[in-house]
Amino acid sequence: MTPTQTDPRLLLLAPSDNVFVLRGAIEAGETIAVAGSQARVPVRLGLGHKIAAKSIAAGEKLIKYGAPIGVATRDIASGDHVHLHNIRSDYTPTHSLTEARAAFDAAQGDRKS
Amino acid sequence: MTLQGFQRADGRKGIRNLVAVAYLVECAHHVARQIVAPTPETAHLIGFPGCFPNPYAQQMMERLCTHPNVGAVLLVSLGCESFDRYRLEQVVAASGRPVLALTIQNDGGTRSSIAAGRAWVAAQGAALAQVAPVPMAVSELTVGTVCGGSDGTSGITGNPAAGLAFDRLVAEGATCIFEETGELIGCEAIMASRAATPELAAELRASVQKAARYYATLGYGSFAAGNADGGLSTIEEKSLGAYMKSGQSTISGLIKPGDIPARGGLYLMDVVPDGEVRFGFPNISDNAEIVEMMASGAHMTLFVTGRGSVVGSALAPVIKIAANPHMYERLSEDMDINAGRVLSGDASLPQIGDEIFDAVIATASGVPTKSESLGHTEFILTYKSFEPIGPACLPI
Repeated sequence: MTPTQTDPRLLLLAPSDNVFVLRGAIEAGETIAVAGSQARVPVRLGLGHKIAAKSIAAGEKLIKYGAPIGVATRDIASGDHVHLHNIRSDYTPTHSLTEARAAFDAAQGDRKS
Repeated sequence: MTLQGFQRADGRKGIRNLVAVAYLVECAHHVARQIVAPTPETAHLIGFPGCFPNPYAQQMMERLCTHPNVGAVLLVSLGCESFDRYRLEQVVAASGRPVLALTIQNDGGTRSSIAAGRAWVAAQGAALAQVAPVPMAVSELTVGTVCGGSDGTSGITGNPAAGLAFDRLVAEGATCIFEETGELIGCEAIMASRAATPELAAELRASVQKAARYYATLGYGSFAAGNADGGLSTIEEKSLGAYMKSGQSTISGLIKPGDIPARGGLYLMDVVPDGEVRFGFPNISDNAEIVEMMASGAHMTLFVTGRGSVVGSALAPVIKIAANPHMYERLSEDMDINAGRVLSGDASLPQIGDEIFDAVIATASGVPTKSESLGHTEFILTYKSFEPIGPACLPI
């Protein structure tokens, strides 16, 4: 893979990895080069987030640092954001405040309207 | 730069010469806090809040009160708590350090206990200030490492750089400790392959399996909501990032909090309690881990943070390594090292590793870290229970 085929903000940590790590933010709506093809990024992704380096089938392992970091819960296309919505731990469930924050924001919105 | 240390009777050397003021139950906390208040640079507050006795807490307090950075100890007891203050006082006295035990119920209550404590601390602080340091070698240092407030950058910049610094320290004969087996879930096989002996490899695997069982019983992993915001998706992803702190050296042993390795090398600290789950989370916050490595002799701690932890520690300096360049911009007053420069292309990982190594030497030579200058002296100690380590854990 040559650098021209992949956006310079995408970092491959180990040769066997199937995810890139973002070394900088990608804005919502940007189209980026991922392993030679183009992928549109629908939501803003911050530094440290991951993007699939190739298509990954449901049930396949996600590999970062050359080691498994979890399993795909659905088919993931090359260039997709890889996170809580499409992978899960092989060990313990991941705790996040995403739903709590969305509910809070929704309630705030109701109060303002 | 030449290292200087304060010689202790047990052969170890301290890189600071502090008065430890220790409350032995929460009921004595206020008095102890008031005692250190006028002299925050010479007296540091530690303590155990529980009233019920606990062998782990007893051992931790004994180790901390005889930590190489401690030159004198004031114990502050309410008087009716269960903590064995008699034994603690004897252990400190046997270590050659000046020790005084105040008992608030016998010494006239809050006001007079504070006055008596402050007078003793002032006198001890003045005496410690007169002690001349002696030369110290890098091989006499013990350095711990933690990461907290991690994000997706921690495992890319700060942790691998800390690992490179660890490799240099271990090569020079220092003792290096990494820990939190609950944050190494998913790294068992790679870690076991670095063990000094096959028997130690089995112990390393077992320690992570124990942690996985323990956290499964609790229903939580060591994963905070902020970790996911920073791009980390699973505990094993976070684990691998954390694991990078350990560097590439051979793993010489597995220790538990309070075990002091007899010689240099890289050691994994097993911080997850033994037996059935009791007393709740193994470590309720990052400082609990720092305290446990101090109990095993750590002179200082390398703290890698992505989201931006600002903590320091009582007794042993904390070197703060910013993994995230954007966080560094916001919190540069709190950060000693900007490992985020790896992401912007302004520095390589080996350069940051060398900066961390240099910061360790400077800190050991008496230069205050950012958190020290800002007056951070966080401390926490809670209930736990451990069995002693097995014979395979320290093979040499």
